[in-house]
Amino acid sequence: MSVLTEKVMTRDWGKPGQHAFKGYQERGGYQQLKKVLTSMQPAQVTDEVKRSNLRGRGGAGFPTGLKWSFVPSLEKNTKPRYLAINADESEPGTAKDRFILEYDPHLLLEGIGIACYALGAHTCYIYARGEFKHPSAVLDAAIADAYANGVFGKKLMGTDFELDVYQVRGAGAYICGEETALLESLEGKKGWPRLKPPFPAVVGLFGCPTVVNNVETIAALPRIFEKGADWFARLGAAKSGGTRLVTLSGSVKRPGTYEVGMDTSMKELIFDKEYGQGMPEGRSVKAVIPGGSSAPVLTADELEVKLEFDAFKPLQSMAGSGGVIVMDDSTCMVRSLWRVARFYAEESCGQCTPCREGQPWMARLLRKIEEGRGELADLDTLMQVAQSIAPWPPIGLGNTICALGDAGALPVQSFVQKFRKDFEDHITQKRCPHGDKPWGTYGEFQ
Amino acid sequence: MAFERDFDQGTPVVVSDEKVRLTIDGRQVTVARGTSVMAAAAGLGAAIPKLCATDSLEAFGSCRLCLVEIEGRRGTPASCTTPAEEGMVVRTQTDRLKTLRRGVMELYVSDHPLDCLTCSANGDCELQDMAGAVGLREVRYGHEGAQHRTTPPDASNPYFTFDSSKCIVCSRCVRACEEVQGTFALTIEGRGLASKVATGSADFLSSECVSCGACVQACPTATLNEKSVIELGTPTGVVETTCAYCGVGCGFRAETQGDRVVRMVPSKKGQANEGHSCVKGRFAFGYASHEDRITTPMIRARITDPWRKVTWDEAFTHAANELQRLQAKYGPDAIGGITSSRCTNEEVFLVQKLVRGGFGNNNVDTCARVCHSPTGYGLKQTFGTSAGTQDFKSVAKADVVLVIGANPTDAHPVFASRLKRRLREGARLIVADPRRIELVRAPHVEATHHLALKPGTNVALINALAHVVVTEGLVKQQYVAERCEPDDFERWARFIADPVNSPEAMEGATGVPAAEVRAAARLYASAPNAAIYYGLGVTEHSQGSTMVMGMANLAMATGNIGRDGVGVNPLRGQNNVQGSCDMGSFPHELPGYRHVADDATRELFEGLWGVPLSKDPGLRIPNMLDEALAGAFKGLYVQGEDLAQSDPNTQHVVKGLEAMECVIVHDLFLNETAKYAHVFFPGSSFLEKDGTFTNAERRISRVRKVMQPLSGLADWEVTLGLANAMGMGLRYAHPSEVMEEIAQLTPTFAGVSYEKLDALGSVQWPCNAQAPRGTPVMHVDRFVRGKGRFMLTEFIPTLERSGPRFPLLLTTGRILSQYNVGAQTARTPNTAWHDEDVLEVHPFDAENRGLTTGDLVLLASRAGETTLRALVTERVQPGVVYTTFHHAKTGANVVTTEFSDWATNCPEYKVTAVQVSKTSGPSAFQREDRRRDVALRQVLEGGPDVTR
Repeated sequence: MSVLTEKVMTRDWGKPGQHAFKGYQERGGYQQLKKVLTSMQPAQVTDEVKRSNLRGRGGAGFPTGLKWSFVPSLEKNTKPRYLAINADESEPGTAKDRFILEYDPHLLLEGIGIACYALGAHTCYIYARGEFKHPSAVLDAAIADAYANGVFGKKLMGTDFELDVYQVRGAGAYICGEETALLESLEGKKGWPRLKPPFPAVVGLFGCPTVVNNVETIAALPRIFEKGADWFARLGAAKSGGTRLVTLSGSVKRPGTYEVGMDTSMKELIFDKEYGQGMPEGRSVKAVIPGGSSAPVLTADELEVKLEFDAFKPLQSMAGSGGVIVMDDSTCMVRSLWRVARFYAEESCGQCTPCREGQPWMARLLRKIEEGRGELADLDTLMQVAQSIAPWPPIGLGNTICALGDAGALPVQSFVQKFRKDFEDHITQKRCPHGDKPWGTYGEFQ
Repeated sequence: MAFERDFDQGTPVVVSDEKVRLTIDGRQVTVARGTSVMAAAAGLGAAIPKLCATDSLEAFGSCRLCLVEIEGRRGTPASCTTPAEEGMVVRTQTDRLKTLRRGVMELYVSDHPLDCLTCSANGDCELQDMAGAVGLREVRYGHEGAQHRTTPPDASNPYFTFDSSKCIVCSRCVRACEEVQGTFALTIEGRGLASKVATGSADFLSSECVSCGACVQACPTATLNEKSVIELGTPTGVVETTCAYCGVGCGFRAETQGDRVVRMVPSKKGQANEGHSCVKGRFAFGYASHEDRITTPMIRARITDPWRKVTWDEAFTHAANELQRLQAKYGPDAIGGITSSRCTNEEVFLVQKLVRGGFGNNNVDTCARVCHSPTGYGLKQTFGTSAGTQDFKSVAKADVVLVIGANPTDAHPVFASRLKRRLREGARLIVADPRRIELVRAPHVEATHHLALKPGTNVALINALAHVVVTEGLVKQQYVAERCEPDDFERWARFIADPVNSPEAMEGATGVPAAEVRAAARLYASAPNAAIYYGLGVTEHSQGSTMVMGMANLAMATGNIGRDGVGVNPLRGQNNVQGSCDMGSFPHELPGYRHVADDATRELFEGLWGVPLSKDPGLRIPNMLDEALAGAFKGLYVQGEDLAQSDPNTQHVVKGLEAMECVIVHDLFLNETAKYAHVFFPGSSFLEKDGTFTNAERRISRVRKVMQPLSGLADWEVTLGLANAMGMGLRYAHPSEVMEEIAQLTPTFAGVSYEKLDALGSVQWPCNAQAPRGTPVMHVDRFVRGKGRFMLTEFIPTLERSGPRFPLLLTTGRILSQYNVGAQTARTPNTAWHDEDVLEVHPFDAENRGLTTGDLVLLASRAGETTLRALVTERVQPGVVYTTFHHAKTGANVVTTEFSDWATNCPEYKVTAVQVSKTSGPSAFQREDRRRDVALRQVLEGGPDVTR
């Protein structure tokens, strides 16, 4: 199988009235929550999720059931527990959660019901990206609709389980998508990541055990209980259950958000008629960022990789948040990286020194090179700054409190290591070989 | 002493019985479980580079300089946030780490001014140290792009500057403000490279900053730096000493150049403060070198004469002759002395020795008379000892804290920071105070109950609380049965259970809703550990002693005495109130609270001193003044107290002083009392002498000489000079010899010596053979008196009541930046925060009188009138007005009355019926006082120079 034959997550997208309680319910909505509440013990629910091989869709791909099992038992920790939904979708190149919120918000809400029942959580906060004006409005309406129809409140679906769900909107900081910064922000504080351990499952929101899950992850739960954990696990590949939503952008004929199978390859995603339909006339692939702008870049030789989570490890990259950015042979890698570097410099929270000071320096050095003022020594300096934030390869050795440092450092290292000639050409020719392009405004880190 | 920074192990000290052993750079070390790798390495002397870590703050992990390699772990974890584990093998110095650390330092320095040679922190800068430690040799980035190096400094605070161009954004200041001080005045504004330290307003002075200095202390660079260091340069010497402001008794490092104090830095060795400070102790020491200091002895025949400067010998001889003349003419009891709670134990001891042994009477009293005398009485009656039960650290174990009549954030700021830290950890708070003090609601602190009682109804409230405990079955029966006198308990329980003491019955008197009282009583009584902290709002009442006993009853009934986290704790107002009481300052007690009528005790002293002692108690301060007006009391030696400003009913005090023939004032300044004095002995500040202070937790700490006395003599030498001029023949070469005598004569001090204080830092009395290292918590297995005694505490309303002429109740207190009568703080830049006393008036009362904030108002009572400016605020309740008594020009005590505690004569400062009205100029008293300020303070030019 190379192309998904059956839509799972996007099955009902675009169907009439799907965003409202009535439409969702008519297509079988909330049946799984009802079933879970009335026929299963919470521990059974967690076991099913473990068996389904569901993995976190926010970036790290951590097994969801395992994450839930880190929450201490009520005998060990009597504090209330929380579910926090990470809807702060901000990774450049990623636009999938927003469509779940817009097209099928009740799928998320039903998933929240199932997860909270399994976790014994009676409160769920959905932390939505501040810029999500429309998705947040749809979600608010869906939450109100669910309350009005007896889903949430004192009696979840009429049972004795109490559950309240709130949407909280961020204020436009990328860092708040980091799970502990998200919790700080929910608590009304500055969005600075916390030291780990302790992990949120033990000490999370308001000091209580908290699970933070991505929108897509939780929205998969009703499907798992509809057709069974085994079905869901089989649907995927290797140790990644289910299907994935990916956002394809850049130099392809048909960019968009697609549901793909775990064993779909990057090449298929770019070229298959169901998805990207290939490159524009006369263009060939130069590079692909596979999982949002923080994922180390792939070359044209690395496109056989499957979109399953573990498949990216040998390439020292990651499936990330599913933001696939395709760059063709006309792309200036220096300018592209400079753009990425500016983003992370702008979004560094400022807590740790290497990231706070280092990201802006990387952006400045890249500008210098792009403008033809660079020297070869600058390339070494650039790499040293990046390595002091997070060495690469291998992936996952960051020197900062949270992974934002890695997110800014890995693109630099992968771009320079894989496309070094592009950088050296800028330096030896003392100009951008791709010629002048309109500049625009680049904010503080010019 | 050579200058040396306090040792900093980087992360807080962890105490645990469990130990782990690890290897760091090939050396084995054993540490308590939970200790960070960084602290373990520091203990080995293998300091790991660090910038954001300091052991007063929780690990933060942001500078990424302290990265290490640990065998079996991926990457390079931060040593500050990684706990040491059994068998761990750590390497702190490798090539990889060197490169990483150099990389971080290079980034720091790329946005840092390179002006080390002219920087005020040169030589005392951790950034500079780290650049050296990692071998930074070049900065490759140049200085283009966004920078902070041109930001102008904020010099608004009188004591320190904030120069953000030098800031490395380590957040130590922000975290110190939160974790150590608990004020939350600072934050990091912006994100990424734009991150910068900021207050919530335009600058430090106008912000919520309380100028405690914790941020300055925490700053690793010159970003937050003392102005004195900027002006004078880095200190070269250091003397460990003890603060001379409030009763918290913080340990300080006086950092000096020669005999000049460059700055006062809170000492980590100070066991009361553990490295924290407040605006007074940290910064307000400039009074010691103020131009108002009098440094030459002076005498005059009449108070209307100008002062004449004389030599010490002439002053001593003149004073001795006068006192002896008065005794010959009016009898031996016609003279007396007043000891100072500001002076050292040794000095207090000598003054009372002078009175008892030299004057031959017991006419000695102390300024504790007007503050905590009811504490001494009440706690002695119930527990058997005249002191608080706990050490300050104990509050970290309390689950419920009841604060009564105290305003710790203003008056005992360093203790307040400890308390707030515990409250942030989840302890519950009950505040009983007529005002909405800061603790009622502060950042991350909120009282569960604020019992906003009417002034003067403390006993009604405490009885109502106890009533709930007794009638709702909340008494800890087993504790009471084992630890307390059964008959007294039964009698008390019957008394307190009477419905007249119920919250409902008392509601009319206290104004506190009965339901609130019941809830507070249940909260206090059902806590595993409940502690009471109180201040002068308890003692300065007509029933002050009753209230102290009422609190002791409540604590005993609920089993809250005798372990960590509980207790009944007075927050002492002055640095050595506890000590001055311990040292026998009261007219009825010899040192160690032993009655003068006790033959055995008297014989002990007579034996050593070689003089007979009187067995009759002498006169208390108010009695001295009354007797003076009656013509029987003629001479007074006042050491370090300004009676004319601090005692109640100023006009009465002044008349008493005017009636005396020889008033000897021994003080730093020509204070209010000195206007009525005939002899002036120049005093020495705490920086100019050796000695000891005893703080509110009974902690005896050393005061060490930093500079020579400006007048040539330390206070103890002056008292000796007077005593010997009267023929006593006292010989002490050093205050340590006085302490030896104290130890010899006082059982609770038997184990105290300067050697021990030097070795242990400080000790809490009792310190003797049974407790050679002192006693942090008292009454552990049994009460000092044996069994705890419940005392009956009937509520008897004060006679001072509001009425048609004086419809409001005035209560008084202290503010953070000022201290007592302002002798010291008013002579420092602390006036930037509070340059005059203001009258807090509730909006209702203000509206009735047409007052707005800033109006000049006349404050009148049956005792007198003064004027000051109004501040309309809901901090006070309707019907109550409040002011401070820091400034002589206000003279708040002109209006306070002669009423006092029934047992101890402690004045009823906290309740005065007053009227407030708009006015246009000073009162008649103030106008006359201004005239006297000039007329009675003339000093003749010339005379000898006695200064060293």
